[in-house]
Amino acid sequence: MKAGGDILFTLAVQFIIMSLLAMGGANSVVPEMHRLVVELNPWMSEREFADMFAISQAAPGPNVMLVTLIGYHVAGFSGAVVTTVAMCGPTAVLAYFFGRVWDRFKHARWRIAVQAGVVPVSVGLIAATAIVLTRASVHSWLALAITAVTALVTYQGRWNPLWPIGIAGLLGFANLV
Amino acid sequence: MSETTAASSSPPAAPIPSHLELFLAFFRITVTGFGGTLPWTRRMFVEEKRWLSEQEFNDLYALCQFLPGPNIVNLASVFGSRMQGPTGAVAAWTGFLVLPFFLMLAAAMLYSRFGDVDAVRRVLGGIAPAAAGLIVATVAKMAMPLFRGAGPGLLMLIATAFAIGVMRWPLLVVMLVVAPTSIALAWWVRR
Repeated sequence: MKAGGDILFTLAVQFIIMSLLAMGGANSVVPEMHRLVVELNPWMSEREFADMFAISQAAPGPNVMLVTLIGYHVAGFSGAVVTTVAMCGPTAVLAYFFGRVWDRFKHARWRIAVQAGVVPVSVGLIAATAIVLTRASVHSWLALAITAVTALVTYQGRWNPLWPIGIAGLLGFANLV
Repeated sequence: MSETTAASSSPPAAPIPSHLELFLAFFRITVTGFGGTLPWTRRMFVEEKRWLSEQEFNDLYALCQFLPGPNIVNLASVFGSRMQGPTGAVAAWTGFLVLPFFLMLAAAMLYSRFGDVDAVRRVLGGIAPAAAGLIVATVAKMAMPLFRGAGPGLLMLIATAFAIGVMRWPLLVVMLVVAPTSIALAWWVRR
């Protein structure tokens, strides 16, 4: 899909807002990305969204690069640039300024309360991401088993997560999922 | 880093990195950082280059967790600026994003071209539920301390997950309600 300025502007505004609300990193705003590109706009299907998330997890590099995939799919090269810069730029500027005054309020009571309050919210956001992605990608009992086993193995931390991902890919290739 | 918090185990003895070194350091993290970039960043900064002590690194990371947005991208900005000012921040930020950006661009192009090929669809159909499983594991790890705490945290976690994940309400609206409530509760509990 090729896009005009309207779509680029929407992408820029929406991803800047998302980045500023991304408490707990990029994975916490995946449901909002889904809302924007699957539910509110006809920009991609449920399956395409799940595919792109899978690619972003299996590829090297930070998880936030999901936005590059989404941007390209919605609006080509300029879309990819817009979503990436919108997601990674403003918060980096914010971090730049906060980094200079951090020591002044590092031990302040309000700052500790803010952090203590934000942590459960950010975990809740990532839990919402887990719900949205499971709904988008699990359509069979074997798929559910893949989600469960990957979660278990990763939680225990003994295996590199690339193992369950690779095995799941093979199962998919064999047309079992 | 001038402002250290008292005792740090291994004093950083390295000279201040140049713009090019900042760019290359963050570039290298993305090359090696498979499945999470944090451990690689810590290893390079603390053990290899000795730009930061363990304590300084933890402090820097705490700041970047406190702020919204992608954590390591924020870390690049803060560390770069502390070493070389605004241009240092740009060097580190660019170094961290340039390779993943083009890698993902290539992946996006391949996907738009071959995403409908049957074999590709089947493989991704297998990987997608596994990728969801990775997030489930992340949630389980992060939620554990909240279960032990028995404070209002668990309630806020469930409320947020329900509002966003099940009701699918807009993020901005939910955050405007949930974040102040959670912070107020945390303040009140800690009195």
